[in-house]
Amino acid sequence: MNFFQFIRANHQQVLDLTLEHITLAGVATLLASLVGIPLGILITRVPRLSKAVLGGANIIQTIPSLALFGFLLPVPWIGARGGRLAILALALYGLLPLVRNTYAGIQGVDPAIVEAGRAMGLTDRQLLWQVELPLASGVIVAGVRIATVVSIGLATIAAAIGAGGLGEFIFRGLAMVNNQVILAGAVPAALLALLADFLLGRIERRLGNMHLSTQGPH
Amino acid sequence: MTASSSSLPASSAKAAIEFDHASFRIHERELLHDLQLSIKEGETLVLLGRSGSGKTTTLKLINRLLLPTSGDVCVNGKRTTEWDPIRLRRSIGYVIQDGGLFPHYTVERNIGLVPRIENWEKARIDSRVRDLLGMVGLDEDLLTRYPNQLSGGQRQRVGVARALAADPPILLLDEAFGALDPITRSEIQKEFRALQQRMRKTVIFVTHDLREALLLADRIALMENGRLVVDLPATEFSRSEDPLVRAYREAFSTLPETKRS
Repeated sequence: MNFFQFIRANHQQVLDLTLEHITLAGVATLLASLVGIPLGILITRVPRLSKAVLGGANIIQTIPSLALFGFLLPVPWIGARGGRLAILALALYGLLPLVRNTYAGIQGVDPAIVEAGRAMGLTDRQLLWQVELPLASGVIVAGVRIATVVSIGLATIAAAIGAGGLGEFIFRGLAMVNNQVILAGAVPAALLALLADFLLGRIERRLGNMHLSTQGPH
Repeated sequence: MTASSSSLPASSAKAAIEFDHASFRIHERELLHDLQLSIKEGETLVLLGRSGSGKTTTLKLINRLLLPTSGDVCVNGKRTTEWDPIRLRRSIGYVIQDGGLFPHYTVERNIGLVPRIENWEKARIDSRVRDLLGMVGLDEDLLTRYPNQLSGGQRQRVGVARALAADPPILLLDEAFGALDPITRSEIQKEFRALQQRMRKTVIFVTHDLREALLLADRIALMENGRLVVDLPATEFSRSEDPLVRAYREAFSTLPETKRS
């Protein structure tokens, strides 16, 4: 039985695991964004926290994924279900690109524009929502894009702790020494990552170009 | 001929802005030293001086982008430290080099910025934006353009329109026309002068260009190394024998002789 025959024979399971995979990576990235973007904004307002926050996110990034799953296993409620644990771990990995890109994006806004805004009488909140975040949005979405792709890749390992997803096929294939089964997990996971990268890349470019239209003066 | 109060004939106009022994230092460096200066309502004061002479610092003390480290700055009789900074800034127009426009806003949204954050009604904002566009000599079909789709001169005009949007009594301009080519610059200077003669706002205009200063100013304050060194009506400035003023006049006096003559 070749790879395509295997997929055809097991298409329902491939579909289920793909959806499970998307859920794991999607919820994790959403969670990471909900925490990471505000954290990135916070350290532009309170610069003395920036070293600690960026350093912390950096350290999390260096923990090997299997070890992180292991560390989280004894945590009550979280450790009780593989899915919860996997989502938390994936979200932690997503923090660094989100915090760092949000911070860098806002810091990268032309200081003359920010000062002009302040001089016009914009409040801090107006400055953030109307000037800094829109102008940083391309860089922030680039962070979401990195976090998503990393999350889709790492989610394959989540099967090791019973969280499901396309990693199921990979681990099963490894145990069975069957390449067809491994590929049935690996190929859809790779395609998912490429698709997410492509779609978010398009959004990123659109946001980045919003005000940099190529049309010159008419 | 050194720093003293204005020698303009005494008039009944109130002081709109007053610096009372105002100094500003940062990182052990004194950017502004003991400034005594009073600007009357409706007056156009040009702050002239080289880069680093303290002109921009002086300007930023007025709209509270900076606070004096000693002394006081008063706007309409109230210390800037006592003003709510947001209210203060919305009553002062501010124009910087190249306009400082928001690149992600159209011309229309850029000009309507302050009215919008002041919660004007939409219809009132729309008509105000169109009035302003006419005042600064721009066409209505520019309204939907983004700043990077405009020429330098157009951007600068939009910057002036934006600063005037909520009709603030005070206008600050920091090297506002400095990035323009000489011909556009000369046009926009003349238009600004005509506009100012109609509006009679209190204007503080920072420049290092003596010609611009003489064209626009009622009064010229010359700054050097964070100090106010000469403060004279524009008409007297061109006759002053102060060595620094002479140096400026010579630098700007005539076109250079061409080599062959």
